[in-house]
Amino acid sequence: MMTMLDSYAAVTSRDVIRHLQQLAAPLKGKTVVHVNSTRVGGGVAEILDKLVPLSRELGIDTRWEVITGDSEFYQCTKSMHNAIQGNRVAIPDTLLAHFQEVNEQNAKQLRPILEEADFVFIHDPQPVALLKYCSNRKGKWIWRCHIDASHPHRGTWRFIDRFVREYDASIFSLPQFVQMLSHPAYIIPPSIDPLSDKNVDLTQDELDAVRIRFGIDPEAPMIAQISRFDRFKDPVGVIEAYKLARQFIPALQLVLAGGGATDDPEGEAVLNEVRFAAGDDPNIKILQLPPDAHRTINALQRLADIVVQKSTKEGFGLTVTEALWKGKPVIGGDTGGIRLQVINFHTGFLVNTPEGTALRIRYLFKQAQKMQEMGIKAKEFVRENFLLTRQLREHLTLMVSLQHGGVDRIELN
Amino acid sequence: MNTTDNKPEPEIPSFGLKDCALIAIATHKRADTLKELRDHIENLNPDSLYYHFWANLLLPHFEEREYINDFAGWVRHSLQDAKLAEQLAVLDPVSFNDLEELRHHLLECIDNRLDESEYLRWSHATQRFEFIRSQIVVFDTQKKVSEPREMSELIPQMSVSSVFYHFIDARRRTQDKVDDFRQWLAFFGETYQPLIDQLTGIDPYFSTLAELRQQVAATFQHFCAEQAL
Repeated sequence: MMTMLDSYAAVTSRDVIRHLQQLAAPLKGKTVVHVNSTRVGGGVAEILDKLVPLSRELGIDTRWEVITGDSEFYQCTKSMHNAIQGNRVAIPDTLLAHFQEVNEQNAKQLRPILEEADFVFIHDPQPVALLKYCSNRKGKWIWRCHIDASHPHRGTWRFIDRFVREYDASIFSLPQFVQMLSHPAYIIPPSIDPLSDKNVDLTQDELDAVRIRFGIDPEAPMIAQISRFDRFKDPVGVIEAYKLARQFIPALQLVLAGGGATDDPEGEAVLNEVRFAAGDDPNIKILQLPPDAHRTINALQRLADIVVQKSTKEGFGLTVTEALWKGKPVIGGDTGGIRLQVINFHTGFLVNTPEGTALRIRYLFKQAQKMQEMGIKAKEFVRENFLLTRQLREHLTLMVSLQHGGVDRIELN
Repeated sequence: MNTTDNKPEPEIPSFGLKDCALIAIATHKRADTLKELRDHIENLNPDSLYYHFWANLLLPHFEEREYINDFAGWVRHSLQDAKLAEQLAVLDPVSFNDLEELRHHLLECIDNRLDESEYLRWSHATQRFEFIRSQIVVFDTQKKVSEPREMSELIPQMSVSSVFYHFIDARRRTQDKVDDFRQWLAFFGETYQPLIDQLTGIDPYFSTLAELRQQVAATFQHFCAEQAL
């Protein structure tokens, strides 16, 4: 029977899997728990969905727990998310108090598992306070920050830091995102799963079905931004860029598709702003997709000639990685992890304004050969650097490293 | 009879194939100007120096490497100073006795340039330099070879991180600052000196680790094929 590891070997290489098995050997039998705030929607849930079973196949007893909260809690954590990304709006004390209460309630349920685990990975700020309520913890606790924390709202960061500083280590996606902490801050860029519904190869029939379903003209050029309806993703800026580019490419189509996440209450307001900006232009398709529309998102990325991710703030930008994996050049905002993936004239273009985005759209549609070459390079770049197996390798390295203390060189027998 | 004739031949150790995984850790040191970069380098942990010269080969990078260390790349692209970038890029860590000597030369280059250019004293980088250090986990693959010809088959199967460990990281570990292959071949005496010379001619800086693996494997294969003739 084909295992998950066999499947990943087919996409990466047998060497990659052998490497994981050797690195996992000293961790066999250890218990690892990942905790986040949603099981569907968003990059974290998508990664954990595969990272957890893969770790199990490597002999590590790994589980995934999800905390629960009410709308007030998610309102607080959304504000917290925005504040960490630099939004200068203070969160009321009442909400912060509720945040702690919800963490305490969740800790009551999860405490036996968390306190016994050898390693606990807490993802993002939502469950960060769990540690405070697990005083008999025996393992290493790691806070994984998926957000761009380079310029956080200071008051909010001070609040979060009270919990984070008690952890044994933290993980950030880029060195630029790291805040001053007394424990080791590891740098691990996230990754995509090449075998998930969102990234797996699709048949032409499936692509055609999605094209017909959304009324996309197969003969006309198409750009797409597939991202949550969030101000930091600047969907309105994408519409401005489309309008500028359309003066030169009259048949241009724009698809703005947003997948929902259960912990994002702000999406509806941004969606209304987007609809207003689009007006009645029939060549702009605004699609609100359910959180499980992975194959549809996959198809839309493959149907696009160019994928845009015009973020003004970005954690890492997994939607960029997904697009590159599908062989699409990406026009991305010059921010966060997009900088690591989009290399001018190689995998796409970094831009700062709607005007810059329009310029690059025009350039690529006039340089079809260049567009194709960029797509080929883009896919290989992701295969080498941004697949799930690389992230798993770094998690294993981190755990081995924490087991051996802070030494710079660890020799395993 | 000469007593040395009775002395047993020294046993040649087998080559144990190892592999490694590297993880980056933030140092919380950052530089926005050349002066700040200089001051951090002066007090930098040697492992961080190592990281910015060597370990970055194991990290995502795209296509051709323009400069062989992160400092040169940052000076060129974020401070737009081509002259200093060229001077820093030529520094080869292997040519110095230790990382302290390398640090000294780095500082000398930067100080000279700061003396030359008033502009660079206050020029602000377009992107901040982030000092990183790394931890390396080394593990035994349990594979061993006892004859150099076996390397021809082994090297193409090595992971890129194993290539990094034996061909690049070794230069920091071994007394003569050579890769593990050359150090091992030296046990065989003069027989493999031509192969050692050919391996010395491989410049590891400007290729990907996969390309480097191919070059090293081809060098072994070519030599062994000639020996078999």
